[in-house]
Amino acid sequence: MPEEQPKESPPPAIEVIGLTKRYGRVKAIDGVSFRVEPGQIVGFLGPNGAGKSTTMRTICGLQPASSGIVRICGIPVATNPYETKRHIGYMPEHNPLPEDMRVLEYLRYRARLKEVPMGKVKARVDEAMEICDLQRKARRKVIGALSKGYRQRVGIADAILAEPDVIVMDEPTIGLDPHQILSIRNLIDNLRGRMSVIISSHILPEIEKSCDRVIIINQGRIVANGNSADLRKEFLPKTTYRLNVNLNKGDLARVLAGVHHELSIDTSTPLDDDYWEHRCKAPSELVLTEPILENLQRANARIRELARLQPNLEDIFMAATRRSWDETAAPFKGRTRPGVPMPKH
Amino acid sequence: MLLIAPASYVAAVLYMLLMTFVYYIYLNTAASEPSDSTVAEMFFQTFWIPVCFMIPLLTMKSIAEERRLGTLETLMTTPATALHIVLSKFLSCYFFYIFLWTMTIPFPFIVHYYVGESVPLNLLFNPASMIGGYSFIAISGLLYIAVGIFASSMTRNQLVAGMLSFCILFVVILAGALMVKLPMLDSNWIQQSYDLVNYVNSFEHLADFSRGVLDSRPLFLYGSLTMLLLGITTLIVESKA
Repeated sequence: MPEEQPKESPPPAIEVIGLTKRYGRVKAIDGVSFRVEPGQIVGFLGPNGAGKSTTMRTICGLQPASSGIVRICGIPVATNPYETKRHIGYMPEHNPLPEDMRVLEYLRYRARLKEVPMGKVKARVDEAMEICDLQRKARRKVIGALSKGYRQRVGIADAILAEPDVIVMDEPTIGLDPHQILSIRNLIDNLRGRMSVIISSHILPEIEKSCDRVIIINQGRIVANGNSADLRKEFLPKTTYRLNVNLNKGDLARVLAGVHHELSIDTSTPLDDDYWEHRCKAPSELVLTEPILENLQRANARIRELARLQPNLEDIFMAATRRSWDETAAPFKGRTRPGVPMPKH
Repeated sequence: MLLIAPASYVAAVLYMLLMTFVYYIYLNTAASEPSDSTVAEMFFQTFWIPVCFMIPLLTMKSIAEERRLGTLETLMTTPATALHIVLSKFLSCYFFYIFLWTMTIPFPFIVHYYVGESVPLNLLFNPASMIGGYSFIAISGLLYIAVGIFASSMTRNQLVAGMLSFCILFVVILAGALMVKLPMLDSNWIQQSYDLVNYVNSFEHLADFSRGVLDSRPLFLYGSLTMLLLGITTLIVESKA
């Protein structure tokens, strides 16, 4: 009996190893490495000038890297840029579109450019417009006359047109109102499992809701990589509880003594009417709301509010970027932190 | 994009108005005084007017506008190479330019239709000079359109691209003709340069073609310069995308 060959797993949709891009003496990105598995939606976060767009443009083969390896579906971008472009749908920042063309004309033109077979162009364009809700209202409109939300939809329709394995979106929700952001989020949710998506955005709650994993980049280096729960554990190991009760700090400490030995009172602020607002800290993995409530009830305390403040992605982002700033600034302690010039595109 | 942009149609209408006017002027001149050259020959002698004005208008938008809007970036993320992009821009402008010139072919027939037998058709339509003239337009058009596309790739501002291509075209077309008239070329020691200047003199080429002489040297000159410019343009698009 021949031994059964183990089934080979598909290559990662995006594989970046030690990617560095220099502009003169300035390193826009420095040794960036990460992987995106097929079907995953990954958020790419970072302050302005952190190197997000440079990384995305390098992944798409729009600019060469100074060193490092980028593979799309196992194909190296540097040696085979035109083959990798067949696997990528890219929506650049500000979503540039030709103003004079109609939506239908533009998508058909893009489908032909992306080598969609002639017989399938109509079907693919109709499907992309259906997914992006362009079919009824915007089908024959001139792009220059479309609202910002519809323009973004045209950009996303273009990115998914050729059914690529990887979709790269640079700030897809920038400048949209909350309704439009919600519909774009639903649209991205529709792609889950079918395509790998990498999205850069400043709107952190959106990233948290729609992405399986988050990569945070600062000063050209990856400072955090993982899902929200892992990052919470790494960057914010303590969770805050907010209590609004009629007990002062000493009384509260006595009441909470038996809850958990790691629960500590962080701050206490007296309010106008004999009430105090306390902020307590405990390890993130513990959920102490119930025991705290039981202890307070047993002590006949009057409770106005008890809340477990879940740190959101914004807190993680701030903590991760602050930590990377501190690490960079450590050798320069006592002096001004060195400025990082913006790369010229 | 060229056929969708309203600017192309405005440029086409202006071109037709200009060429109709030029043809009318030469027709009047030929009717009022005796001349050695036919109306068609005189008409082709003014080829530099539409070239200097129309080609910058047609080509200035091609790459500069794509770069300004950022659509060049989205274009570069498709499997199309920079050479594909440059060639497609070049060919679309070239065929539109040739289309505009073919619109002038019926001029002698329209005149003959309205004037009647008083002016025989062979006075207005000399097949040899017409074929020669249009062949020159088609061959020289390769270089002139390549100049326009090259200028458009240099900048993201269409106006700058237009001015740049106007200046280069002006030098390419008229420099040869003007240098021949410079007194220094009469000196014996620089006699060699006269041949060189004549080699690049577009009017000299036109005169040959109009006589029905289809010379391969201008074809080589325009063809090689076109390929050189398109190659440089491709490199610019690749590096600046």
